[in-house]
Amino acid sequence: MSTVAEVSIDRAEDRHRRRWHILVFLAPALLVYTAVMILPLIETLRLSLFNVKDNQSIFVGFANFQVLFGDPRWAASFWNALRNNFVFFLIHMLVQNPIGVALAALLSVPKLRFGAFYRTAMFLPTLLSFVIVGFIWKLILSPIWGVSPFLLDLVGLKSLFSPWLGKPGSALIAVSLISVWQYVGIPMMLIYAAMLNIPEEVLEAAECDGVTGWSQFWKIKLPLILPSIGIISILTFVGNFNAFDLVYTVQGALAGPDGATDILGTLLYRTFFGFQLQIGDKSMGATIATVMFLIILSGVCLYLFAIQRRMRRYQF
Amino acid sequence: MAKPTASPVRTGLVHLALIIYTLIALFPVFLTVINSFKDRSSIFRDPLGLPTPSTFSLIGYQTVLGQGDFVLYFQNSFIVTGVSIFFVLLFGAMAAFALSEYRFRGNTLMGLYLALGIMIPIRLGTVAILQGMVAAGLVNTLTALILVYTAQGLPLAVFILTEFMQTVSDDLKNAGRIDGLSEYSIFFRLVLPLVRPAMATVAVFTMIPIWNDLWFPLILAPSDATKTVTLGSQVFIGQFVTNWNAVLAALTLAIVPVLVLYLIFSRQLIRGITSGAVK
Repeated sequence: MSTVAEVSIDRAEDRHRRRWHILVFLAPALLVYTAVMILPLIETLRLSLFNVKDNQSIFVGFANFQVLFGDPRWAASFWNALRNNFVFFLIHMLVQNPIGVALAALLSVPKLRFGAFYRTAMFLPTLLSFVIVGFIWKLILSPIWGVSPFLLDLVGLKSLFSPWLGKPGSALIAVSLISVWQYVGIPMMLIYAAMLNIPEEVLEAAECDGVTGWSQFWKIKLPLILPSIGIISILTFVGNFNAFDLVYTVQGALAGPDGATDILGTLLYRTFFGFQLQIGDKSMGATIATVMFLIILSGVCLYLFAIQRRMRRYQF
Repeated sequence: MAKPTASPVRTGLVHLALIIYTLIALFPVFLTVINSFKDRSSIFRDPLGLPTPSTFSLIGYQTVLGQGDFVLYFQNSFIVTGVSIFFVLLFGAMAAFALSEYRFRGNTLMGLYLALGIMIPIRLGTVAILQGMVAAGLVNTLTALILVYTAQGLPLAVFILTEFMQTVSDDLKNAGRIDGLSEYSIFFRLVLPLVRPAMATVAVFTMIPIWNDLWFPLILAPSDATKTVTLGSQVFIGQFVTNWNAVLAALTLAIVPVLVLYLIFSRQLIRGITSGAVK
């Protein structure tokens, strides 16, 4: 092994002799990333402050946001989409992540047989495209086909069946649960990984102290996997506030019935791209994208500065 | 210390719970596949029955292959996904090498700048991306999709590969330098072969969202010649929504490649996740 001093001399020489290499190595990634991702993002934020009048783009300050939040033509659908989006997120946090944690806890039972098979099978839905997932569930939940009434009949709950996707009261919950079904594999895998990383000695020490089973899970394992739960929460947050595809495939761009499943992603699509009688509006599209950006950014910042810092990292 | 052996009852309950969830996860896929091989009346009469010689029918597949341009859609998806992954891996590895190997002013800042895209979805810039693609004349080309997906995949690739490249021994690289290898040869001939496992992980992680994406094909390349298989099946199913045979067959055709790839790569993918590649 070379010593630290030698390495730093090497590095210092690098700086003088070979600095062009660094640029060559960085340039392609930097160029594509900046040109296709960062600049359009900034341009979108900028466009939200402009509007088109008489074919001329003029600076309007925050007028677009005032329209979005307050103008009767926009505000109702915006607040509706925002509220739906929060419900969508809440259902994921309350259903997807607890199920993911439970499955991971079951999978990490020591000496479990067929563990690899279960993991592979349960992760499969995550890989399917929204188009497949959306249409499969649309067929299964369809009253025409009768698969779900038949299955409910098997457990004696046939009377509960109704066309959930078609009713304004239940459509959002149904779509959210379809999304949960698809994505439960991600928390499951990440928590499973975190549980594998808990050292044997800690669990053995707990067993010596008589902490086993349920109380071992709540008192020992859960605190140790909290950082992973934090990561999953922020991934869920970003994914949910950026979601579009599933609602689009299950309920169409209008996010029916009667806007009951409209979330920010579908609202952005309709606003920016236009749909049926509605004409696409670039400025308002950029405004909605900016609002989504600010929501996601504040979520990420909250996670990075408030949650992650307070979380204790255990070093073994 | 010997582990206390779990009681058979508890082990049985654990398996029961896992089997129930496995069924929930697999049942919809299973249902779709078996019904795609049945004739119309038995799809409705007996949705859960396996296809028998008397109910077996390929009418759905005939409709799909006769009506939709699925061969072309598959080809488009393969080109877009393959080329994007190639660029993500090449550019990502190059940038990761620069960040992990050299000390230069702004190194940390550059790393943070490239990591921004892990959390901020590229979708939010769609308005300006479309505007730019229109200006560059790239609308309805596969190039537009490849550019977007390359940019989308780079942040995570750089992040994972940088961590991985820090583990490559300095002695090896310095030995290469003493032997007179240029920095480029050190990267391509010494470092790249060593980080191959990490590259495979990145490739799998990058591939799934690209293959499944609906948003950008819908907005940037909706023309018939450039439809990806995800968009193609979305449009096809939308048109044939009452033809259940065709819909089920189209869904099955869309599932098969994912299923095959997953069976090949599942070990890689699951190992990638569980070894903490994404944190």
